[in-house]
Amino acid sequence: MPTTLKDEAAIIGIGQTKYSKNSGVSELALACEAVRNAIDDAGLEPEEVDGLVTFLMDSSDEVEVARAVGLGDLSLLSRVAYGGGAAVPLIHQAAMAVATGVAQNVVVYRALNGRSGQRMGQGVSGNVITSDLIHWSWYMPYGLLTPASWIALQATRYMHDTGTGPEAFAHVAVSTRKHAVNNPEAAFFGKPMSFEDYYASKWICEPLRLFDCCQETDGGCAIVVTSAERAKDAKHPAALVRGVSQASFDGQEQMTSFYRDDMGWLPEMELAGKIVYEQSGLGPDDVDAAILYDAFTPEVVMQTEAFGFCKKGEGGDFVKDGNLEVGGRLPNNTHGGLLSESYIHGVNGIAEGVRLIRGTSVNQPEKCDHVLVSSGVGVPTGAMILGKA
Amino acid sequence: MLSAEQKKELEETIHAFVGKPIGPPIEARDPVNLPMVHQWCEATGDENPVYTDAEAAEKSVHGGLVAPPLMLQAWTMDGWSMHEGYDVPRNEQHRLHKILTDAGYTGVLGTDTEQSFTRYLRPGDLITAEIFIDSISEEKATGAGVGYFITTRTVYTDQDGEEVGWETFRCLKFIPKDAPPPAASQGGEPEVYTPARIKPPMGHDNAWWWQTLDEGRIEIQKCASCGELRHPPRPMCAKCRSMEWTGQAISGRGTLHTYTVIHYPQFPGYEFPILAALVDLEEGCRIVSNVVDCDPKDLEIGMALEAFIHEDEDGFKLPLFRPAK
Repeated sequence: MPTTLKDEAAIIGIGQTKYSKNSGVSELALACEAVRNAIDDAGLEPEEVDGLVTFLMDSSDEVEVARAVGLGDLSLLSRVAYGGGAAVPLIHQAAMAVATGVAQNVVVYRALNGRSGQRMGQGVSGNVITSDLIHWSWYMPYGLLTPASWIALQATRYMHDTGTGPEAFAHVAVSTRKHAVNNPEAAFFGKPMSFEDYYASKWICEPLRLFDCCQETDGGCAIVVTSAERAKDAKHPAALVRGVSQASFDGQEQMTSFYRDDMGWLPEMELAGKIVYEQSGLGPDDVDAAILYDAFTPEVVMQTEAFGFCKKGEGGDFVKDGNLEVGGRLPNNTHGGLLSESYIHGVNGIAEGVRLIRGTSVNQPEKCDHVLVSSGVGVPTGAMILGKA
Repeated sequence: MLSAEQKKELEETIHAFVGKPIGPPIEARDPVNLPMVHQWCEATGDENPVYTDAEAAEKSVHGGLVAPPLMLQAWTMDGWSMHEGYDVPRNEQHRLHKILTDAGYTGVLGTDTEQSFTRYLRPGDLITAEIFIDSISEEKATGAGVGYFITTRTVYTDQDGEEVGWETFRCLKFIPKDAPPPAASQGGEPEVYTPARIKPPMGHDNAWWWQTLDEGRIEIQKCASCGELRHPPRPMCAKCRSMEWTGQAISGRGTLHTYTVIHYPQFPGYEFPILAALVDLEEGCRIVSNVVDCDPKDLEIGMALEAFIHEDEDGFKLPLFRPAK
């Protein structure tokens, strides 16, 4: 039995649906389509899948997906909470399962009608008083109802503490859009954005403008995880999970970790990175490209610090000079990210991480041996490093 | 209150409407047409090209433009003239409603509707609607008050007399709870509903805080064992694990730790922009609130703030902050 997740699991299949603003189909249909496509991509038969993992907030039950897709017996059914913080932790669950023999081939999925159906940031209500509902009650009466408003509070403080200016966020938005322009699956395919366009966009919650915020998308995405051993027989080159983590840090709340001494820092992300670096034996210098969760641009700037690509407080400088573009120090979100490809809660970023290792990204950097993928910011989250098998 | 005899008479009168058409069939003012479809699609955000893009529609399974099925009701609707007719009934449905209104069932609430579509409508189709009183329930007690559910059924036909769909619509005619007597309710200005801010759901761990606020005090939770202050309130002290606690009144003095000016989206019940703030209280805790009586440009991290208890028009109280004098 392995005592670490280093090099135990590999990703052998990725699948997705069309990303749109109005799918016209159920979330279950999106989940099934993405799962089927991922299984096909892996070269597996549906009955070879014996594990399913998804977001706690996903509306498509594992057994409904299994019935529809024609999966057989399952020995792992699991869910991870905290919105986009669950993306990489899905792989974490799957890796633990394949490393221990709990399951052989695990499919993780996320499907949502994020634009035409239930949208984010519409407030929280309900008749059952849960700790979660009480948590939101400290913010809703004050009009802090949207993820943008919660992140904006942190971004203001980060700018104050580090002297970072708004141009740092502009660089993230513009560089990410550059990547989406080349991606036919992206919402902003063929639609470039200049700095002028960025600065002309309206305020959402200062310091966040419209183009600092990710989109709302209808779509699904699924990933097939198996053991490193079985991955050798896969249809496509496998992406080896060199290290993977889930992390929550002291003082953690869901999007409102406002009560820590240092608000201009992402300690849960630093912890997620620390675990992955220790597990894999790799460090920031070994990472050739990244998929840094980008629901909002300041999150990317702060993550470059948390993962050690630059020093604390220097993220604003790091993201300039083309560093996040192909040819730069850390090509980031080469698919266009949540900002410009689609918002499939970060699972679409995992698919792009796999493409970068396969060498099939539409914005493929020349050298790409290791990709760091992160999950939701401001919540219990996770990170992983993918490498060549 | 109606006497038993009056109620019996009322029910006999209203039940006589069941099964009857409310008037002659209504022919659409205009045939199904693209301009109206355009406006509908724009208003509902429906971007399906088969409704508005002739070229795309040509290539679709429809072989040409079609109208959104949900527009069925729109083709024969009266428009602005619908606001008239409740004092001087223009059809049997109005007359039925007036009988109930005059008997004290002044409230009306649409409850649900069901539609069925036989085929897609195409530009040029001329629609006729015939509306029947389908059923009237027994008197029911509801959250809004006691009343009768009235269901109408509309059958839609095309220029060839073929049915293209139907619709049922159910409404509740009721005596509003705590309604003033009919005489007082006539003539006055209609009451305007003002949306209010979202209220905190109340549970064991937070209701006390809002109650003390309602009594005029802003308190912070204090561990009864080790004295640690904590906010937002939680059932246990993270320092000493004690579950005993009390409240401690705060001075209201604090400084701005961070802020955001919220512009969008603009939900009902709030005034925009919102100056949302995280405040370092003098006592050592942080609290999220709003800053008021302050120009957004004057917000500055570290500025001195003072708390006060604000009361909304609906009586809800919450602590807000303003720049310290």
